[in-house]
Parts: sequence; structure tokens; C-alpha cells
Amino acid sequence: MTAIIPKTDIKKSFAKRFSRADLIFISAILILVIVASIASDSFLTQRNIVNISRQIVTNGFLSLGILMVIRTGGIDLTVGSTLAFAGLLATGLQEQMHFSAAICVALAVGGLIGWLNGWLVARFDLQPFIVTLATMGSVRGLLYVYADSPRYPSDELFRSLIGGAFVGPVPVTFLLFAAAVPLVWFYLNRTVSGRIAFSLGVNKEAVRLAGVNVGRHLIFAYVASGIFAAIAGVLLASRLGIAQPSVGAAYELDAIAAVVIGGGLLGGGGGTALGVLGGVLALAVVDNVLNLFNVDSYYQQLLKGLIILVAVLARRKKA
Amino acid sequence: MTALCVRNIAKAYESTVAVADISFSIGSGKVLAICGENGAGKSTLMKILSGATRPDKGEILIDEMPVLLPEPADAMNYGIRTVYQELSLLPHISVAENMLLGRMPTNRSGFVIDWKEANRFAGKILSDLGFGQINPRDLLGSLSIAQQQIIEIAKALVSDPRILILDEPTAVLSASETERLFTHVRKLAASGKTILYISHRLEEIFDIADEVVVLKDGRSVLQEPVNGLSQRQLIEAMVGRPLSTIFPKRDNRPGDVILKIENLSRTGAFTDISLTVHAGEIVGMFGLVGSGRTEVAQAIFGSRPAETGTIQLYGELLNILTPMDAVRHGVAMITEDRKGDGLALDTSVLDNVSLASFQRISHWGVLDNELRHKLVDAKAIELDIRPSGTDRPVRQLSGGNQQKVVIAKWLLVENTRLFIFDEPTRGVDIATKMEIYQIIAELACQGVAILLISSELPEVLGLSNRLLVMREGHLVAELTPDSFKPELIFSYSAGLSPISSQEVVH
Repeated sequence: MTAIIPKTDIKKSFAKRFSRADLIFISAILILVIVASIASDSFLTQRNIVNISRQIVTNGFLSLGILMVIRTGGIDLTVGSTLAFAGLLATGLQEQMHFSAAICVALAVGGLIGWLNGWLVARFDLQPFIVTLATMGSVRGLLYVYADSPRYPSDELFRSLIGGAFVGPVPVTFLLFAAAVPLVWFYLNRTVSGRIAFSLGVNKEAVRLAGVNVGRHLIFAYVASGIFAAIAGVLLASRLGIAQPSVGAAYELDAIAAVVIGGGLLGGGGGTALGVLGGVLALAVVDNVLNLFNVDSYYQQLLKGLIILVAVLARRKKA
Repeated sequence: MTALCVRNIAKAYESTVAVADISFSIGSGKVLAICGENGAGKSTLMKILSGATRPDKGEILIDEMPVLLPEPADAMNYGIRTVYQELSLLPHISVAENMLLGRMPTNRSGFVIDWKEANRFAGKILSDLGFGQINPRDLLGSLSIAQQQIIEIAKALVSDPRILILDEPTAVLSASETERLFTHVRKLAASGKTILYISHRLEEIFDIADEVVVLKDGRSVLQEPVNGLSQRQLIEAMVGRPLSTIFPKRDNRPGDVILKIENLSRTGAFTDISLTVHAGEIVGMFGLVGSGRTEVAQAIFGSRPAETGTIQLYGELLNILTPMDAVRHGVAMITEDRKGDGLALDTSVLDNVSLASFQRISHWGVLDNELRHKLVDAKAIELDIRPSGTDRPVRQLSGGNQQKVVIAKWLLVENTRLFIFDEPTRGVDIATKMEIYQIIAELACQGVAILLISSELPEVLGLSNRLLVMREGHLVAELTPDSFKPELIFSYSAGLSPISSQEVVH
């Protein structure tokens, strides 16, 4: 511990922004990348890198959404179901309307699911875990009512403009995610709502007694998470050219893992957009490397679980 | 015989000297008060004596034998028990289980808990302590904070310690609970136990202690019997400079009515409360814990609205249902529990101070970070919040500085016309107390109306233009400074006069 931190502390040096655990993770990933690129011919190829960049988009949007909720001291387990529902709507509705309108409907439904979560949590002071667990099941049921078989996009532009599109060598979906990171950073650090959300995660009552409309800011975080999950669903359906009603099960776990690896604290009071980016990248690289070396998917699960445990241990607060 | 002797203890954390040189000794059967401002070294001293941390220098003697206390278990083996200010109890298990945690009695098998014996034993300790009405079978979480504090002390007594260290045990107790506790502390001392009593409350030190040690900047600067000592001497030793006056001069001039409440009631909390507060006036509100003072304040602030009655601010009849309504109409409230609901402890000074002023420092929901830093820095400097630097989590600050952060938060809000202070100096060192009194007096001079709730009588007497006394949810008396007599006020608050009619004493 440093005894005196000077006032100029506001502008920290770049290196100091990272904790020891961050540095350990960054080095571990770098080592993995180096080892993988030496051991495998295909790792550092353009094709593989493009692949990784497309694969992180889904988990990336889900994680950013969950981060916003986790900062308020909550959790959002609904995101996997919302993702599937949004994907189905964006493709299935193309029979009735232009695909851009279908996307708007999908995002609106995502926001509505988020609003419902936030409203239940804020209005009745319910536990976010239970509320979103309930809506996770309900939304999944509802989407099967809407469509119990896969839906295919009828408008070819839906694929070629979004999921299949590139700017130079870079996939458009990845660019969208890359743009979302600074947006979330801005929300968390530079907006009133973001700062209030952060304080809510630490002491809700103190925020209420400061004369702040707690409910509005709490609900906002859940709405944002719902919309982000819907975006992930639309992009996924657009990339794959199919929307499965069963997609997205257990995706919330990968998203929570990415947030935790990136320094997020369940129960509020931590986590950054940049950290989530790091967490998402780390998980994607690990997945990719294991795939390249044909490691059985059971071992992949096992390893991911261990990584989460190590992340939590490394970030454990010393008493 | 000397039960405990500390010689030239020193302890530094890296470059920060927490304890420079502390020496004192105390005989068995005595109560030794330890007092000093925050940062004087009290908590480090306590940690050293309870084995939680090791001193760099010096020695500790118990019964005139030098001892080492490298671990808490060693201190316990020598019969030292410490009751910390922060409660360390588990709300979801029973009172008895909390008290006997780790030493539950078992039946002959050695594995099965003997609940009957556990409850009997816990009940006996509680009734010895004068709190026999607490049922050891009750869930701890169902007890009041004051009762939980008592359980914390009872827990320390389970192992029959020889040296008992109490850290501000009365911070959350009412006057009558404090008196009951003191009766038992005297009994413990009479039975030969040695008690180290850490407190900010000077009145208590004179009430309970045989001797007092004053710590200042990590050194023991005075050890004397309390008999030969005046409050003034004690304060001057703690602050390290002579005092002209503790309280600022009362030169504020009350103006127009700011707050007027009529017939305010909430079932089970307060009944038929009517009062007014004028611009530039400090109205004190005194009463025992549980008399309904805080609840009245919560009704005005909207955090727990009243059921019937009216609230007027500057002549306008308002329906205040949430703190948001109150803040919008220029009301600020410094709550009594700064850690519980006044601060978000793990966020920065910056975030805490700006929490109520987002309107002022944002445009269309986007923060003006430069303005935010500028305003918060200016307030932090104005109130001398230490250490400097507003990026630090509030948790790292001392109690006095944390309280300044709460006050800074409300001072930053513009156009506040009514300030409610609920126990503004609880758990705060004497130097910060004086600074807070100064802030309250200055606010009044600027024409802000102030409602000051406190259970420290000298505080309300020293600051108020008018004093309201509450008892059992009723306003029982209204007094002006010429009738500020402690005995009179105590008799109103403790129920030695009838409740039925509100008396106005002039």
C-alpha cells in the first residue's frame, strides 16, 4: 500500500491501470498465443483470426450487457433465451416485413424483456438471480410457442449486409462489437446513469437517500442488457443464416465467465468494458487453440471451468 | 498489583507510523479509559493487545511478566478479550450459537450439541449482564443493533476473560442501556477484571473510568486518575492545543418559517408531531434512542413517509413520499448510520460526494467530468478531507473523514434550504466534531434552516436556538436557551414528567 497518493492520481499511468491479476492474465494469454502460433500452422492465418473475431461477437455482446447489470449488483440470466428469441424474430418476421423492420422488432423485444427484469427487480425489490432465472425459462418457452423449428432468412441482404459482410478483411459483426466496447465504457464512466449504477452495486440505500431515482437507472441497465442480447442473437442468425430455437442455452455462463475474468465482481462494485473485452478474447483464444489441436470438447469445458476458478482466486480481495 | 503494563510500544506500517511510543499500566479491578482522536493509534494499540498485529518495539507485561502475543490465540490464552466496534455476529443463527461459536457444549457423545445447556449458559451470561430479557433462542438478526452490541460483549464474557477491551461499546446504545452496561462493567471490575475502555464520549470516561490514558499522534501523552481531571484538560490533551470554545457563537438570526409540520403521525413511530424551523435557525431535537426522533426526520425527508399530517416548506404544502421529492425541494439529510446508508464505502470520495448533485454536473445525462472533479476537489479541500485525493475508496478514510464526505455530498447540492443532521458527530473524533459544529453554525448564518438530532446533550445545548424533546414518539417539551438545563431535559426525555400535553418552557 502506498501511504500517500498525490492529487495527480486522476491520470494514472497506463501500466498502473492494470492490477497484478490483470497482468498475469494478459501474460498467460500472450504466452498461449505465442505457443499456439509456433505449434500450429493454422493459428496465425488470416482465416483463423477472422474466425476468432467473428466468434467473439456473440459472447462479447452478451458479456457487455451482463457487465452493466453486474455493476448494479445484479445478474442477468435471461440473455441466452433473449438471444434465441431475437434471432428467431429477426429471421422469421422477414416473411411479413422488411428485414430491417424485423431487426427493430427483435431489438425492441429484447429491450422489453430487459425492462420486465429491471422493473420486477426495482419495483418489488426482488433478487435479480431469481427474477432472471424465471424469465430465462419463460422466454425460452415463449419462443418455442412462436417457432418450434428453425427459421431461415428470406431476404438474402440479411446475410450479405451483416453476418457475411466484410470491410477489407474485417467482419462487420466484429466492427459492431468493437464499437460497442467504447460505447459501454462511456456509459459506465461518463454518464450519470452509469455512475449511479456503479454506486447502486455498492450501497443501494445510500443512493436512494441521496434523492436519486433508483428504479430508473436500475431498469436502464437491464434494458441495455436485453438489447445487447438481442443484438447478439440477430448477428448470430445473420452470420449462420439460420435461427435455431434451441440456441443460446448456457451462453449466460460464458458471458458471466468473461466478465469475471475481466475483473467484474458479482454483487457489484467492479468490472470494466476493457476488462470484458480481455475476458471475451481470452476465452475465445483458449477455445480456438483447443479446437485447432482437436482437444475433446469435454476437456474444453473442464479447462474453462478451471480458468474461471483461477480468475476468481487471483482477484480475491486480501483481508 | 499491575495487571497489564505496556512499555514503549511502537508499530509502523511501511512508511506510516501508527504507534510511535505508547506506555501505560493498570492494576487489576480497574477501568482504564483510552481516548484520542482518530488516527491517534487506538486501533493499532488494540490490535497489538489482542494479538492481531505484532509491535516493532516495546514490551507487554501481564501480571508483571513479559509476554509475547504473536497470534490472537495467544492473547486469548492470557485472558485478553476484545470487543470490536464493528459487529462480527452472524444474523442467521441464534443468540446462543453466536455467543458460543466454536465452543458449543455437547452431550456425552462429544458430537451432538447440547442445546439445552447452550441456551441455559448463554441466558445466564445475558442475565448477569443485566439483559436477561434477551432470549438466547432468538435469531440474532431479529435483535436491534443495540442488543447485538450487548451480545458481542456477552460473547467476550463467555470465556471469563481477565482483561476485557471494549471499543466504543456505547456508540449504538441508548442512555438507559448504557447505564445498565456501566453497572455491569463496574461489577466486572469489582470482581477483579481489568477493563480497557475506548471511547470518544468524554462524559462516559468520567462516569466509568478510574484512570485515563490520552493518545496523541501515536504517543501516550497523559495517564492520570479521572478524579483530578477536568473535561477541558482532557480535550486539550487530545487535541494538543488549548480550546477557546468548543461551540461556535450563536449569532445567527432566525428569519422566515422554512419548515412547518402539523399533526404528523406514523403508527408505532411517532404521534401528532407539530413543529416549525425558521431560516437561519438551529432547532435541536433530543431524545433517547427509540423516542422517534429519527423517524420524524425520515418522514420529513420522505425515506419513510408519515401516514397522516402535513408538511409545508416555505409555505407550500408538499406531499413528500420519497427522498427524491425532498431533495428536489431543497432538503438535505445526513443520516445517523453513515456506513449503512450514508456512503457507498467501496466507491471513491468523488463518486460519493457527487451522488446527490448529478443534475449540476451533467448535460443530457452525460457527466461533465472536469466540472465534477473541480467541484468535488474544492469541497474536499474546503472541509479538509484527509488524506487528499478523491479517487480513494471511502472505506480507507477514518470515521471523521467519512462523515465529512457525507456532509460534502449535501453541501454540493445547490439551493438547499433545510438541513437535517441526525447524530452528525457519532463516532467522530473531537477535532472533527468541532469542525462539524462550525459547518452547522455557518450554514445557519447563511440562512439555512437546521434540524439537529443528537443524543449528545452538550451538542444540542451548545448549538441550538431552540430545543425539542421527544419521548416515546411524542414531542414532550420545547425549550429556549435560557431554560437549557441538563437535569430538566433529561427528566423530560426519560419520562419523569407526564406526556399528555406539550409544554413550552421559557
